[in-house]
Amino acid sequence: MQIYLPIAEVSVNAFLLLGLGGIVGILSGMFGVGGGFLMTPLLFFIGIPPAVAVATEANQIVASSFSGVLAHFKRKTVDLRMGTVLLIGGLVGAALGVMVFNYLKAQGQVDLLVKLCYVVFLGVIGGLMFFESLNAIRNVKKGKAPKRKKHNWIHGLPLKMRFRVSGLYISVIPPLIVGVLVGILAAIMGVGGGFIMVPAMIYLLGMPTKVVVGTSLFQIIFVTAFTTMLHATTNFTVDIVLAVLMLVGGVIGAQIGTRIGVKMKAEQLRILLAIMVLAVCGKLALELLLQPAELYSIAAEGH
Amino acid sequence: MPRLILAALLCLSLPAAAEEVVLGLSSDTVSINTNFDGSKILVFGAIKRDAPFPEEPPMEVIVTVAGPSQPVTVRRKEKMFGIWVNTDAVEVDSAPSFYAVSSSAILPLALSDTEDVRHRISIPRAIRSVGAPANIANSETFTQALIRIKSRSNQYQLNEGTVSVDEQTLFRTSIALPAALTEGDYQTRIFLTRGGSVVAQYETSIYVRKVGMERWLFTLSREQSFLYGLMSLAIAIFAGWGASAIFSLLRR
Repeated sequence: MQIYLPIAEVSVNAFLLLGLGGIVGILSGMFGVGGGFLMTPLLFFIGIPPAVAVATEANQIVASSFSGVLAHFKRKTVDLRMGTVLLIGGLVGAALGVMVFNYLKAQGQVDLLVKLCYVVFLGVIGGLMFFESLNAIRNVKKGKAPKRKKHNWIHGLPLKMRFRVSGLYISVIPPLIVGVLVGILAAIMGVGGGFIMVPAMIYLLGMPTKVVVGTSLFQIIFVTAFTTMLHATTNFTVDIVLAVLMLVGGVIGAQIGTRIGVKMKAEQLRILLAIMVLAVCGKLALELLLQPAELYSIAAEGH
Repeated sequence: MPRLILAALLCLSLPAAAEEVVLGLSSDTVSINTNFDGSKILVFGAIKRDAPFPEEPPMEVIVTVAGPSQPVTVRRKEKMFGIWVNTDAVEVDSAPSFYAVSSSAILPLALSDTEDVRHRISIPRAIRSVGAPANIANSETFTQALIRIKSRSNQYQLNEGTVSVDEQTLFRTSIALPAALTEGDYQTRIFLTRGGSVVAQYETSIYVRKVGMERWLFTLSREQSFLYGLMSLAIAIFAGWGASAIFSLLRR
């Protein structure tokens, strides 16, 4: 069934979009990532103009994250206090990120920088997570107890705060910094930033994986809602019909994903996310390294 | 001698006034609704004559349909430091979003080069490019690339021999509009040619419009963008909550 999208001005298959939304939604619920880093390239691929894809994707992430976070609230796996601290950092970072983005746009080559950002961050994070969770799985098999609570320099910082749900008593400075950095990257790369946030919460802040997913979803809702409004009012690129098609699939997927997620072991969850992140990274790296079939590209209206 | 040439020219141009195009369209509006999946437009017409038509040279018919034009940038990738990077860019001043040329014979036969330049009929002529920056070598490859990419998605079409002409009087052709269609007035031109020169032409417009929900959403997103953004968010939140509520009901 073909549907004409009023803002994107293209006609697409409705079931294809429902399916894509569903798959990305499952991943979103399982790992606490918004799924933007997967969905946006997929939308490019089926012929949605990039500007519309990025803006509409933000709107869809709001829906799937909201659906996912409700499921996590029921299990009490959302650290509201930590989420709020991250969010404050995230909004500051997003504002900074938009400024950086506009500066890069004026310099040209913003596409390349976004892609390089993706490759570098996805590669580093995916690689680190992959080996860490592989070790964790081996240790579990050998019968070693996983050591999670390390006492490092982070515990020496002032302004300590108790995060009951995460079982942490740490300074608010590291989460704030993580929030700002993720916010900057999220604005530049046009995603919710969950795939950076989740590893940062696990490895930098030492939060338990089960709490990380819900908390990440919680803050993604606000960051992507902010981005959606920004795109809708300045670039007019949010396609509501496209969003509805994706989010119907997405919210259902997110519910299923959350249920799969709680049944799985933390290490398995992490290694799957790592593999997925590495796969996307590899695909983008190939795009940069191999000679494209068409060397020329068209962009409308100047720039 | 010059007077003789002038007289000859007058004689040649005389039939031009004698032949006139009478046009019909299967519809002069294309409505884009939610299930719009491309459209076909039938262009047909007749040639009205005051005098019996000359036998030679044979008459040919060319039909062009052009969507709204806008400037586009064509970029070329090059390998730098091991990765493929956009390097050179050429700005094309005006390229139609959609352009189709249909003719009754192959275009070089139906149209001379000078007439093509004058009326901007063939696809390369329909694209207006003032010129690339001086530092870019063989800039014409950029326009060629534009045509190549647009042709692949059926946005640019060259349909030679698809206009059928009966009895040198009636002609018809059908033009397929792709699903990815932009709104606007599509300028439709019909040219009658003899021996490569245009003897009569006719112009009209096909109106491509979004209707119903498409129209409403598009207007809302431009004129009430804040409200539109809030509406998008509300739908997202509601859908997220709805799915969660339905699933928890199912679990009980």
